[in-house]
Amino acid sequence: MTAIRLRLNGVEVAKDVAARTSLADYLRERRNLTGTHLGCEHGVCGACTVLVAGEPVRSCLTLAVACDGWQVQTIEGFSGDPVMAALRDAFHRRHGLQCGFCTPAMLITARDLIRRGKAGSEAEIRQGLAGNLCRCTGYTNIVAAVLDAAATQGARDAG
Amino acid sequence: MKAPDFDYVRPHSLGEAVGLLAAGAGEARVVAGGQSLLALMNLRMAAPALLIDIARLPELAIATEDGEAVTLGAGVTHAMIEDGRVPDPSQGLMARAALSLGYRAIRNRGTIGGSLALADPAAEWPAVLAALGAEASVRGPGGRRSLKCAGFATGIYETQLAEDEIVESIRIPKLSADARWGYVKLARKSGEFATALAVAVADRAQGRFQIVLGAANGAPLALDQASRALASGGGNLDAMRAAVASDLDRAADRHFDEFQRNLHIVAVLRAVRQVTP
Repeated sequence: MTAIRLRLNGVEVAKDVAARTSLADYLRERRNLTGTHLGCEHGVCGACTVLVAGEPVRSCLTLAVACDGWQVQTIEGFSGDPVMAALRDAFHRRHGLQCGFCTPAMLITARDLIRRGKAGSEAEIRQGLAGNLCRCTGYTNIVAAVLDAAATQGARDAG
Repeated sequence: MKAPDFDYVRPHSLGEAVGLLAAGAGEARVVAGGQSLLALMNLRMAAPALLIDIARLPELAIATEDGEAVTLGAGVTHAMIEDGRVPDPSQGLMARAALSLGYRAIRNRGTIGGSLALADPAAEWPAVLAALGAEASVRGPGGRRSLKCAGFATGIYETQLAEDEIVESIRIPKLSADARWGYVKLARKSGEFATALAVAVADRAQGRFQIVLGAANGAPLALDQASRALASGGGNLDAMRAAVASDLDRAADRHFDEFQRNLHIVAVLRAVRQVTP
């Protein structure tokens, strides 16, 4: 077991973890943050996407021990974030989810696209979301929701 | 699935990492981004006894530039290249290739040195770096040596890297300002590994003309006749198609089926069209 310290959703945490524990398993099993979902566990489905040091990563392909000293942000940690608030509202209005399994990671990926200015068109959003699989919606409403949220943010920035 | 159990160590210098790797006697692996290795471990296709985490080593984070070349540390991520956060020797080719590699969440962690060292036959960097005439500097217990990226991979997941060597940096010669390049990756879905990958570089000022094929059932394949056809203009589509076909014929050991052969020819012709508009 190795001792690690993280700033997890704004709170300092310390824990002993086994080397083989993925960040995803650490978050779900040890911190009870079950909004991070595990689909394929080999980097294809994107459902486990979280922010490490502010950037989206696959938490199934990231070891918890390798995150020692870093900031980690999960879907439970975005209260007060204006882009995430706009996305949640847009996903609700546009019906951008059905079963909800892919939704936390869709939101985190979409927030990153908007913040990097990569959500300007349907094509750009589809490219940016290609690493997040959804088996329910056919993506149309997800893309529409991200376009809506990006427009709201653009208006906010202009204002 | 989950990875089998292993020990984990994060050394503080590259020298220490090389020592640990040598002491591991084949049971240790280095990991940086881990975007391929951890997937292989989760699938139980790889089971190292010891993981040596080199992701935070300052020696691997360099990005320097001189008159002739840019040197990137092996730990530079795909996203850093995509975003232009490191100097670009390639007039945009490398950023274009980075953007086509996996997904942003993968690119935030995965590294150029890791991609080169793993030598996945369908990976982007081995083919791009070969086409750019790059050289890798590798560190072992006996010191440093330099290896050309063309020829670095010797087969599928096989390289010239010895068991106790680590890629330290990659020196990439600069293309001239008016050089042109073509990059075509064919894949069934955005972000997947390529089914065909063609990289064409034409730098008339330096007399450098190179076409390299990735996803070629083995190491990146330099297309010599096609490269010569590119040097003499490359505008004649039929001549170029014949040159590529001849290069593929001579690579009999790759056992391309008709479908792959067609994909490779299409990829190369599209890449050449980007070079010679």
